[in-house]
Formats: sequence, C-alpha cells, structure tokens
Amino acid sequence: MNVLSIAKNAFREAVRDRILYNLILFVLLITASAIFLGELTAGQEARVIVNLGLSSVLLFGAFIAIFVGVSLVWKEIEKRTVYSIFAKPIGRGEFIVGKYLGLCSTLLLNVLVMGIGVTLALVYVGGSAMIAGLWGAVFLIFLELTVVTAVAIMFSSFSTPALSALLTFFVFLIGHFSASLLDLATSMGSKAAIGFFTFIYYLLPNLSNFSFITNSANGQSPPAALLGGAFVYAVVYDIILITITVAIFSRRNFK
Amino acid sequence: MEYAVEIKNLSKDYETGFWKKKRVRALDDLTLNVRPGQIFGFLGGNGAGKTTTIKTLMRLQFPTAGTATILGHDISDVQMHRRIGYCPENPYFYDYLTARELMEYFGELFGYDPTTRKKKCEDLLTAVGLQEKDWKRQLRKYSKGMLQRVGLAQSLINDPEVVFMDEPMSGLDPVGRLEVRELIAGLRDKGTTVFMSTHILSDIEALCDEVAILRNGKLAASGNLQELLLQSEQNRALEVNVQGVSADAIREQIEFIAGAVISPKPSGVSIQILDESDLAAVLEISRNSGGKLVSVHPVKQSLEELFVKETEG
Repeated sequence: MNVLSIAKNAFREAVRDRILYNLILFVLLITASAIFLGELTAGQEARVIVNLGLSSVLLFGAFIAIFVGVSLVWKEIEKRTVYSIFAKPIGRGEFIVGKYLGLCSTLLLNVLVMGIGVTLALVYVGGSAMIAGLWGAVFLIFLELTVVTAVAIMFSSFSTPALSALLTFFVFLIGHFSASLLDLATSMGSKAAIGFFTFIYYLLPNLSNFSFITNSANGQSPPAALLGGAFVYAVVYDIILITITVAIFSRRNFK
Repeated sequence: MEYAVEIKNLSKDYETGFWKKKRVRALDDLTLNVRPGQIFGFLGGNGAGKTTTIKTLMRLQFPTAGTATILGHDISDVQMHRRIGYCPENPYFYDYLTARELMEYFGELFGYDPTTRKKKCEDLLTAVGLQEKDWKRQLRKYSKGMLQRVGLAQSLINDPEVVFMDEPMSGLDPVGRLEVRELIAGLRDKGTTVFMSTHILSDIEALCDEVAILRNGKLAASGNLQELLLQSEQNRALEVNVQGVSADAIREQIEFIAGAVISPKPSGVSIQILDESDLAAVLEISRNSGGKLVSVHPVKQSLEELFVKETEG
C-alpha cells in the first residue's frame, strides 16, 4: 500500500516537473514527418515513420530514464524530504520500490502516448498493416526503459547524479552492443581478455534483447516467445538491480 | 512501560576527509530517559549533538554504538513509527505539493481512508494557524514560518504518542511562537510525550518538565528543570529581604560574614549570603537595627545562566 502511495507521488512529481512536456516535441516531430516524408521517401513513408517514431520513443524514454532516474533518490536526500518520510512507518525498500514504480509509470504513459502518436501517423500515411508490429516494439522499448531506470537508480544510490548519468549512459550504449562483446572476446588472444569481456557480457544487461525497431519497420510483429522472454529477462534484471539498490540504500546515513 | 524514550550509551561517529578519513565523535555515550506524558527539553549549543541524537532516533542515521528504544521498541522497528511523530529542523517538503496534498499524502502513508485524511488534514492545518486560502498553494510559495507550521501539522497526522521536535519555533514570529507553545502544552494535556530540542530558553522554561543539556556530544546535565536550577553551588545562596533599614546601617555589622552582599532596595535592603548557617546572624543584625523581615528565599539561577555554565563547561 505504501509502495503505491510513494509511486503515485513520484508520478505526480514527474508530471509537475514538466517531464511529460517532451511529448509536445515528439508530437510535432511525428506530425511533421507524416506530412513531409511522403514527398521525400517515395513509397516508404510508413517504414520511415515507424523507424523514426520508435527510435524517438526509445531516445526520449532513455533520456527521461537516465536523467530523472539518477536524480530520483538523490534529490530526496539533498532536499531532505527523506527526513519526514523515514520518520513514518516506511521501510527504505518500500521507498526505493515506490520511487522506481513511479518513474516506470511515467515512462509507461510516455511510451503509450508516443505509440498512439506514431499509430495515428501510420494511419495517415496508409500503413495500418504495421500497427501490430509497432505496438510489439513499443512494449519491448518500455521493458528496456525499466531496465535503464533500474540501472540509473542503482548507480544513484551510491554516486553523484552526474557520474550516475554517465555510467548509466555507458551501460545503455554497451548494452545495445553486448553481442559484439562476445565476438570481441572470442577474437582475443589472451585468456584474461576473453574472461574480462565474457564477464562484462554477462554482467551488463543485454539490451539488444529488446531491439525490434528495424523488424517492426519491415512490417514484422514480434513473436510471443520473444515478447515473453524479454519480459522475464527485464523483470529478473529489474528485481536484481532494485535488490542491490535497496541493500546499498538501507545502509546509508543521512547527514 | 517506564520510559517513552530510553537511550543507552548512544554514540555516533562521522568520517570526514576524502583521502585520510578522520573520525569525529558527534555523540558520546549518551544515556537518557524520558518519562511518558512530559515535555522534555533537549538543550545544547551549536554542534552539541542534539540533531544527531534526534536523527539517530528517527533511524536517519545508524548509531556507532549503543541502543535506543521508543515506546519500548527498538528504533529500527519500522512499525513503531506508526506511534510517533517528527518535525525536522527547517522542514523541507515536496515543494510541488500544496499543504493539503502533503498532509493527504502523509495520511495515506499511515493508511487512513480518504474521509479521515481530509478531516485530519483540515483540523491540523487549522490548529497550526494556517489559513484555509493557503492550503491550496504550492509549498514552494510558502515562507519559512508557514513551512514550520506545516512541519508541525504533519508531525501530528497520526496522533502520535511521542513527538520529536527539532527547533519547532524556528522561523516563527512572536505570535506564531505563542500559538505553537499553546499547541505543545495542549499535547501534554492529551498525554503526548514531547521531545523538543530548541535554543529558545524561554520556551524551555515555559513548557518543559525535564531537560537534558548536551556539551560536545556528551550529557552535561539532566533532570527536573526546577531542581537543576537549584542544584549548583550558587544556588545554595540565600537572599534575605529586610524592610525599614538602610544598607549603610548594617554594612559594618555583617562585614564579618564571608561572601555576604548587601544591595539597597527602595524600602530596605537585600542581603545575599552563601551559606545557610549565616542566616541566624543576618536575621539578628537586621532585627537589632530595627528592620522587618520580608522574605528569605534561595537564589535561583536563570536557565540562561545554567545553559551557559553547562555548555561552556
């Protein structure tokens, strides 16, 4: 119950801090694309809209997940709002989970509205056949954003927002190329290098599990096994990261 | 339950420095008990360890050593916090919320239903003197004094059995201070234990049953306020007020009494003696000089004097 109250308040905070204003920019981008792309990309409007739209959903979402995620807990400590919270019957674990779920709800609203925007643009250019694939990809993007948020919160539980943002950005970047890490490891001569890159491969989240933008632009829909596998992967990864965050946060002194 | 708050050998060290970490002891072996239903004043100069103690009790910091219980439960017991309240020093709240939203949110954290939350929120905001028109304003637009009032209101949202207040009068104007004083006195009437840290000694004198004074993280003095004021060496002094006699008339006669001080008064004199055994001699001299005894009472030092003495060592 307390987790939901904290999540609700974190969502309200994001809304009042005008986080969702990015939607306006997104709507303008998609509208402009739908109107002008027809003239530039003969017959490929739907594909370009899906590509551009989903890439924007991912980038806008990642931006929010990283920058809001790293300041989510840090801001509470800096502004000393945690003082009043922890004097109440709230466990530190409940607080972290609540804040995390609050930001995930904001991201969910964000990707839903953006998904609707891309859908409308698709309908406008006559690409309705691609809608099912589009929403499969939107779901996968949301799962990826929950992982990025969990990474951001974990780093922010022991580090400064700037460093946390940088580290999370690296994880986001490397996570998309983690398959290449294994290739790199196998091409290495030394055992130490192989061991190191294999370790990094298993340590960092494999975000390519959630990549379906190109396939969706080609009119494909993600199979149920892919969606189910990605869902389980994201949930397990999120639980591990949030557990680590709670363990670190539970030992913190607030000066 | 004998004590509402029981602190045993509580110590807290902070680490300072980046490379060469140095340990600084903020709280040193503090042992303290607070009886239920009283207003307990927690005094000390800046950096004496008052806020560290309260933060440790509120589980915002972990003690380096020692234990503490509130209402018989260890301070690490999250559920015990259902029965206590806390008003932090210079309270900071979510400034994007209105006072009403903040109170409703905190009420939600205690599991109250919407109707109860609404009533509690309205009653408490009224009790701390916030006007209804301000309830719908975001807290970022509040003055320091208004935030302090919200801080007090939120600390009482759960009808706590024990409430901790860190500088509750901070930022309040004289009228506000008086209102909050009445509010705190009202809490005692309801049987609530109040653990209050403040620099404002007149508030302590007006409200507190018992006090503790901290110096450099250590307990310098504690106990019943009136007894503490009478305890020190100076407080064994007596003041004898006599009418109908001038200071010059008796000065020579009492010169032999060590430490006696004569002060002229409009209708007589006041004689201060350090030892009770000299009282009979002073009374006899006064009578023989034609004076009339008005009063004999112990010289009570002010809380300010006690505070300065205990905090400066």
